Amino acid sequence: MTAAVVPFLESMREAAAQARLPGSGLAWLDAARDEAMRAFTEDGLPDQRNELWKYTSLRALARHGFAARDDEAATRGVDIDRLLLPGVDGPCAVFVNGAFRADLSSFEELPQGVRVRSLADALRDDAEPLRFLLAGRAGDDDDGFMLLNRALAADGLLVDVAGGVRAGVPLHVVHAGVAARAATAWHLRSLIELGEGARLDIVEHHVDDAGTGHLANLVCDVNVHERARLDWTIVQRAGEDATLLRRCQVRLHDEAALDLHELELGGKLARHELRVDLAGERSRFDQRGAFALHGRRHVDMEVLVTHRGRDSVSDAIWRGVAGGRARGVVHGRILVQSGADGADGSFYNKNLLLSPDAEIDTRPALEIYADEVKANHGATVGQIDEGMLFYLRSRGVPLDLARHMLVRAFCAVALDGIQPAALREHCEALLAEQLPELAE
Amino acid sequence: MLKIENLHARIGGKEILKGLSLQVKAGEVHAIMGPNGAGKSTLGNVLAGRPGYEVTEGTVTFDGANLLGMEPEARAAAGVFLAFQYPVEIPGVNNTYFLRAALNAQRKARGEAELDSVEFLKLVRAKVKDMGMTPELLNRAVNEGFSGGEKKRNEVFQMALLEPRLAILDETDSGLDIDALKQVAAGVNALRSPDRGFLVITHYQRLLDYIVPDFVHVLADGTIVESGDARLARELEAHGYAWVRERRPAEADA
Repeated sequence: MTAAVVPFLESMREAAAQARLPGSGLAWLDAARDEAMRAFTEDGLPDQRNELWKYTSLRALARHGFAARDDEAATRGVDIDRLLLPGVDGPCAVFVNGAFRADLSSFEELPQGVRVRSLADALRDDAEPLRFLLAGRAGDDDDGFMLLNRALAADGLLVDVAGGVRAGVPLHVVHAGVAARAATAWHLRSLIELGEGARLDIVEHHVDDAGTGHLANLVCDVNVHERARLDWTIVQRAGEDATLLRRCQVRLHDEAALDLHELELGGKLARHELRVDLAGERSRFDQRGAFALHGRRHVDMEVLVTHRGRDSVSDAIWRGVAGGRARGVVHGRILVQSGADGADGSFYNKNLLLSPDAEIDTRPALEIYADEVKANHGATVGQIDEGMLFYLRSRGVPLDLARHMLVRAFCAVALDGIQPAALREHCEALLAEQLPELAE
Repeated sequence: MLKIENLHARIGGKEILKGLSLQVKAGEVHAIMGPNGAGKSTLGNVLAGRPGYEVTEGTVTFDGANLLGMEPEARAAAGVFLAFQYPVEIPGVNNTYFLRAALNAQRKARGEAELDSVEFLKLVRAKVKDMGMTPELLNRAVNEGFSGGEKKRNEVFQMALLEPRLAILDETDSGLDIDALKQVAAGVNALRSPDRGFLVITHYQRLLDYIVPDFVHVLADGTIVESGDARLARELEAHGYAWVRERRPAEADA
């Protein structure tokens, strides 16, 4: 880092200095936050020499300062119906500009044994159980955003499903960005715990008003215990000038399963760093994802799947489509640790470029240190198949519609499994909405 | 209906059609026969508007309009249909959805009312029955996992549904066993009508036993070297294409 004033860093340091974070005054928490801020001040933002940030530059971001909070986040009027996805009526946790909104959230339909709270509330009630989460040892690969999150996280979502409990209804988690007096940065730390044999469905929605310019830095730890299963659908529609950084660290114990569907549509910069640790025997991770980007959107999927348990399975399929001057990055890594004999991992990514100025960088990688392992990966970047296009047109389908049909078909594998059907149809409609702009 | 005059076309810089002229009137079935590499498939592709083919000389009019100036979808809406030699598999695009989009796009282009899903399904079911198609194929992706015979039958089924004015069959008989061939031929024959023209491109005379043409043309080296009636096809079968070249040395060399 140069000695020149970097607005982003300055604004983060200021945020730390004036912070009135929940839990302030607790010695262990203050110390952890101070330590993280010190480390961030030293390290700064990751740059492109970092392999994990090779194709995503933060130089533009570094030139922006952000307000430390939106003082009206807790009271702003928002149109809740616009924030909720169809097909997921029921319990919902709503965050507006980084603040948990009890007035917009409801958990009444959740059965006994499913506990949902905001991090800020939990810190006020009894911070001690959160000590491990918030003051745990820093990881070797903690980057600037992780450190900022440790230093500045003011809220988040804590979900706990007791052993053997099936939530029965999906939990809708909404992260909304609405216009505020200034572009604001917030940092959320969340924890999702599923006890033995528990089941939970989460539908997560990221949605922004146009023109907010906010930055959201979200970190989520997920712990799925023996034989528990988490079904997770993420619909990401960040604003075209919003920055969304997510890091998600999942641990799957024996015979635990995570089934993840992801549709990524927005963001000036939207990054999802997903770490899945298949720690348990016969644990299983399935992922189906698609991104469709137009304009100058930039989405970066950074996926690391680590097989540690014997006979653990991972199966990831990503589809990427980019038009305009959009940029997509997919980095899918499978690491099979010694002892994970019988592991079966695959990561496949196919991409379509719809304009000469769009770019997609995809890098699948395998590292294997165990025996009797099956591991497959593959990645392609191509254009719409001219033979298919002509076939459709020769039957009278106009060029634009023919292209739309082929792009939708291309992404279908990622969306087909989304439940319930109403949500899947909505995702298909969201994708279809992008298509006219994608072609530009 | 279709008037081709002195058509020259090339692909990848190589001239394939070298001055082909042909006229098809409504109600007529014309067979185009010829050896491999003569330009038969090129003719079908040029008429349907496949990108990559360059017309360097000549004209093609369809009902008086310049066919070569039209986009492929406009040709389809005008009534030109090409049954592909190699129908394309399109994973993820549902057959029924595709057919309805195609039919409605054509109807819209012609200023006709679009069919709603109920009307469309009724129509499709009737045509499926006529063609002896397995109805399940409609719920699958376009041609995906279809056998060779199913693909060809699907082409004729699409033709029956879209009711083109000029149907071009590009080696629809290739790769079919005799039962499938008969079914495909029956489907085509059912569509023969006084206001519909056919261009049946085939390598073998076999198909013409079932779809009896009004005219047979022999295409060799990019031009039509011999024309006749259905008997010509049988003579070709008996003597082979070399026979045509021997009979017409002057034209073949021209």
